[in-house]
Amino acid sequence: MNPSIAIEKLAVRLGQRDVLRDITFAARPGELVAVLGPNGSGKSTLIRSLIGLVPLARGQVRIAGAAPGACAAGAIGYVPQIKSMDRTFPAQAIELVASVQRNAWPGRLDAARRDWSLKALRRVGAEHLADRQVSELSGGELQRVYLARALATDVQVLILDEPETGIDAAGTSDLYALLESYCSEQQGTVLLVTHDWDAAMHHASKVLLLKQTQISFGTPAVALAEEHVRAAFGHVGHAHGVTGA
Amino acid sequence: MMEALAYPFFQRALLAAVLVGATASYLGVFVVQRRLSFLGAGLAHAAFGGVALGLLLGTEPLWVALPFTVFVAVAINWIRRHTRLAGDTAVGVFFAVAVAMGLVFLSLRRSVNVDAFTYLFGSVLAVGPTDLLLGGATALLAVATLPRLWGRWAYATFDPDAARADRLPVDRDDYLLFVLMAVAVVVSVKMVGIILMAAFLVIPAACSRLVTQRFVMMTGLAVLIGVISSVAGLFLAFEADLPSGATIVLVQAAAFFGCALLGMRRGS
Repeated sequence: MNPSIAIEKLAVRLGQRDVLRDITFAARPGELVAVLGPNGSGKSTLIRSLIGLVPLARGQVRIAGAAPGACAAGAIGYVPQIKSMDRTFPAQAIELVASVQRNAWPGRLDAARRDWSLKALRRVGAEHLADRQVSELSGGELQRVYLARALATDVQVLILDEPETGIDAAGTSDLYALLESYCSEQQGTVLLVTHDWDAAMHHASKVLLLKQTQISFGTPAVALAEEHVRAAFGHVGHAHGVTGA
Repeated sequence: MMEALAYPFFQRALLAAVLVGATASYLGVFVVQRRLSFLGAGLAHAAFGGVALGLLLGTEPLWVALPFTVFVAVAINWIRRHTRLAGDTAVGVFFAVAVAMGLVFLSLRRSVNVDAFTYLFGSVLAVGPTDLLLGGATALLAVATLPRLWGRWAYATFDPDAARADRLPVDRDDYLLFVLMAVAVVVSVKMVGIILMAAFLVIPAACSRLVTQRFVMMTGLAVLIGVISSVAGLFLAFEADLPSGATIVLVQAAAFFGCALLGMRRGS
């Protein structure tokens, strides 16, 4: 089975600074890959380079069968960090979902488009949020709406940037259940940046540990072995105690 | 009121008011929602530099102000994108430089600068066929953006990162928005005045934001408020013999306080 994400010797420079170098890994359909690392280790930059927001300095990247930024429309779903959006924007949740259909904000929601968007929200258990104002949604509710939007077009690869930010423990558990069901039922590939070691240990098929360069990649138990965690964080600390790796 | 409509100058001013009110309010929703309210004042003052240069050269000031202001709009957006400076800092720099250039150009002119005051404070009497033609063309340009660009501008306003990830040409679209704003400001200054131009971009959109819950409604209502306040203000200015631009802005201000009260009652 061909990998959905194949990265070889990826390097990214921002200005005069090497932000990432020597990243090589692959993720296959049905796999959930968690990207872990200390703050400033290049996790979000990796995601941004995969979706074509940041140019590569070196290396090869194939994602959903194409180079970054050249994938077929609807092949990649992206759930950004909630902080990048304007929470004061006058909008209903259903409009945010509908915006993915035409890659633009919807002016008019006709019956067909509304039904399509409701179906996407229903899929992630968020139909009841359809007519709520985006500004009134909690972090977890908003994340769920973004997820409905990202999954609405049968994407091959789903990329999430710190999806558990602002969500309580129950919400995080629901989120991972949705992601696991997407991986197993649709054979989709998930790549997510997270600080949640526990969730990575329990839900990820593979873990990529970063600190500007690739510290380790493999199953959670292998990638989060003590020597790798020490290399990334300088100490084993609380995180390793939690995971028990 | 009927008496006013008999005057050709008033007919021209009325048409200009509708065109300016609609176009500026349409673009104003992006100005307000992107927190770029200072940009309206910055572009209007950039237009002052261009108008002054046109007066110095003895040509139609609008033809000089147009490229001058478009250049400033593009430069502000470039600085916002490619340097560490925030948008308001870039606007602040060009605002001051354009005014300084305008004052220097006017001081080099060896005649009385009556024309300059027309542009500073606006005058319905000054609206001629060329202004109407430019206003109409700009309004048509704005209408032409509705099918494709409105939705992309709105999406990038809501979440620029998500829009970029969806491969929308956010940077190119932003330049188009800034250029259209610059053109709208230049064609409006003769009637509205440089000093009050920012109000046309900001107040109708701010009114609309106070009472609407969807961006499409915000856009439609802003245009409606922009047109109605411009027409009402123009008639009021004629009846009470008041300056047109200032009267329109005061009518817009009354609408703003009305919308603020309505918004508070609704709890929005």
